[in-house]
Parts: sequence; structure tokens; C-alpha cells
Amino acid sequence: MPTKADQIVDKVRESRVWRSVFRSGTGSSTLHRALAIQQNIFLHLFATKVRKRMVRFSATWYLGTLTFGTFLILVITGILLMLYYHPSVPQAYADMKDLQFVVSSGLFLRNLHRWSAQLMVFLVFAHMFKVFYRGAYRTPREFNWVIGVFLLLITLLLSYTGYLLPWDQLAFWAITVGSNLSSSVPLVGSKIHFLLLGGNQVNANALLRFYVLHCVVLPLAAILFIAIHFWRIRKDGGLYVQHSEPKARAIPETALTAKEVK
Amino acid sequence: MPDEALKVTQTLPKEFDRRAFFTKIGLGSLGIAAAGTIVFSYEYLSPNVLYEPSAIVNVGKPENFALNSVTMDVNSGIYLVRAEEGYFALNAVCTHLGCLTAWNQDLGIIACPCHGSKFTRTGEKIEGPAPKPLPWLKTWVSDEGDLMVDRSTDIPPLRYLRI
Repeated sequence: MPTKADQIVDKVRESRVWRSVFRSGTGSSTLHRALAIQQNIFLHLFATKVRKRMVRFSATWYLGTLTFGTFLILVITGILLMLYYHPSVPQAYADMKDLQFVVSSGLFLRNLHRWSAQLMVFLVFAHMFKVFYRGAYRTPREFNWVIGVFLLLITLLLSYTGYLLPWDQLAFWAITVGSNLSSSVPLVGSKIHFLLLGGNQVNANALLRFYVLHCVVLPLAAILFIAIHFWRIRKDGGLYVQHSEPKARAIPETALTAKEVK
Repeated sequence: MPDEALKVTQTLPKEFDRRAFFTKIGLGSLGIAAAGTIVFSYEYLSPNVLYEPSAIVNVGKPENFALNSVTMDVNSGIYLVRAEEGYFALNAVCTHLGCLTAWNQDLGIIACPCHGSKFTRTGEKIEGPAPKPLPWLKTWVSDEGDLMVDRSTDIPPLRYLRI
């Protein structure tokens, strides 16, 4: 017997507007649930069905999901910080100080952005260690590991480019040292250094370039690779579950049908 | 008629196949366009005009510097040294990773705060990760009698400027 709330929900889901957006239709059968996933542009990256043991905490510790969570926090707080920050030499440092002391909730947003950034780097490494030690990088998932390595590099570059933006002494010398590392590349090192900074020293051009990389280029690259990364999980047969994991421990048998246990 | 046309194309040598010809033209132009895009991108990303401080620094009258003194100009990142043998200028930017070094009067050495490289007053490396000594910079006296240093021009070490 459906409750009143269920009836209202069903009514909305049967309305013409709802059906024009979500075509999977009403109902909660397995087919409807599968269609709801499959016909959604975002959710279709994922599998329509997953095994319970794949989504158990012990299988992955949810490290990839948590990493994505920090990324979402960084995107949202980052966009908000952009509203008060000018990437110019006379203003950058003052804007950062304004965010801390003048703007309402500015300190909270800036700290949230900073701590999430640190946490994201930590979680990316933790995720990769977990994947590595479980052997989840092996065939057929080796390409997704490669995508993951690109995501690691993008994360580190986001971290590095963001480091310059407060435009304080720490930022200036860290980027001076870091960009000088690129000069060590054989033959084209000094050219890369020049292109990266847009000059010979960390100055207005470097600040603007790092800002554009940090706020536009690298986040777009990250979103693209994250989408491929998620899609490949489905294409490679779902999240990896170790065969050696004792089934009785992995899943309480009472909760499963005979087929799922197998 | 269609059969005849087919026959003709089959007998033609492969080099004269129209489709292959246009494919080659198309791929060739795409390749040229791609190469051009790379060149244009590189050119666009390298600034032609830089609003950076001039490489030539006027450090003032020579007699302002006491004998056996090491004077650092923080803004331009150079040391002006007046030794017994004469004047010389050193680049104060560490040859390791570009930090600004500092002169330590008590120890009589130049030290880098970032990774601990140490240099003598003449720029020779004492210890640390720096791969090269601090370069000597071109120094001369202007017509007005001021000491001038060109930060962009290195000279071999131990070429003192005698006045």
C-alpha cells in the first residue's frame, strides 16, 4: 500500500515535464532502475548493476570517491574564491589578505580550498597505494591505471600552480625553485622555463599563466580524465574484488541469493 | 555504362586513383596546418616584449665601496665586491635552483638559504648542491664615472676591474 508521499512522487514522475527529461519511466523494477542509470548522461558512466561486495567499504575504502569529493569541494570553493581574487601583481596578495580578514566567510572558503587541496593529494596517493597493493591495476584494468597516473600528474600540477596565487614569499620562491627544475630538461629546458613563466623570472606574466592553468586548463583536463576514469571502471568489468577474499567474510550470506554468492 | 566505367577505373594504375589522390592532398594539408598550429602556438606563447627590470644596473660611484667589502643589491640580485685586486660583480642568484643567496660577513662566505650551497667571495663553490660557481658579471665604468654591471653577460672569473 503506497503512502501519500509515494503517490505524490509517482504523480510527479508521471507528469509530462518529468517524462520529457527522464525517459526511463516510473516504477521501481530492476529494469526501470537500470534504465534510470543507463539513460542519464552522468550516471551512464557507471555500471547499471554492481555486486554488493564491490561497494563494500573494505573493498576500496572509498578512496577514489573521497578523492572525487575533495575535487568537487575544490571546484566550488575555487569558483567562489575567483570572485574576489585578481591575478595581478599589485592586487593578488592584498586580495588573498582581504579574503582572510574582510570578506564574509572568506577565511572559511580559503581554508577549505587549501585543506581540501592537501587532502586531495593525500587521497590520490592513498587511492593509488590501495589499488596497487590489491593488484587492481592488472589486466583488464591497466589502461585505467595509466589514466590514473595522468590524474595524479594533473592533481600535482593543480597543487603547484595554485601555490603561486597567494603571491607571498613562500609562493614566489617555491615557484622560482620549481620552475628552475624545468630548466634541467635536456636541450629544451630553458625554452620550457620561458614558456611556463612567460618571461625569465616569476613576474606578472607567470602569475597570470599559472592562474589560467590553475582555474581553466587543468580543471578541464581533470574533468575529462575523471570522466574517462569512471567510464573505464564499467568497461573493465566493475570495481575489482579479490578472488582470494573469503566470501563468507566479504558478504553475509543471509543477505544474498545463491547466484550472488557464486 | 556503369560496367564500362568500372572497367576503366580498374585498369588505371593505383597512383592515379582519384580517391587516394584527394586523401593524400587532404592529409597533407591537415599535416601542414597542424605543423603551422604548433609553430603559431609556440610563437604566441613566447612573449616578444618583457616588462622586466633592465639587465644593466648602475651601482653608483666606485669610491662608495670600501676596500674588501661585499655589497649586495637585493633588487637586482648582484654582489659588488671591492677586493685588493680591483672591483668585480657576482650574480647573487644561486646556480642550483635560482634562490637569492646572501653574504655572511662573519663567516666571510656567500650562502644560499634554500638548499645550503656555500660559495667564497669570488663565487667558487665550497659545498652544497649548486652545480656551478656563481658567475662573474660584466662590469665597467660609465662616462659619468658610475660603476655599471650587466647581469645578462657572464665573464670568466678573476677578471678584476681596476680603476
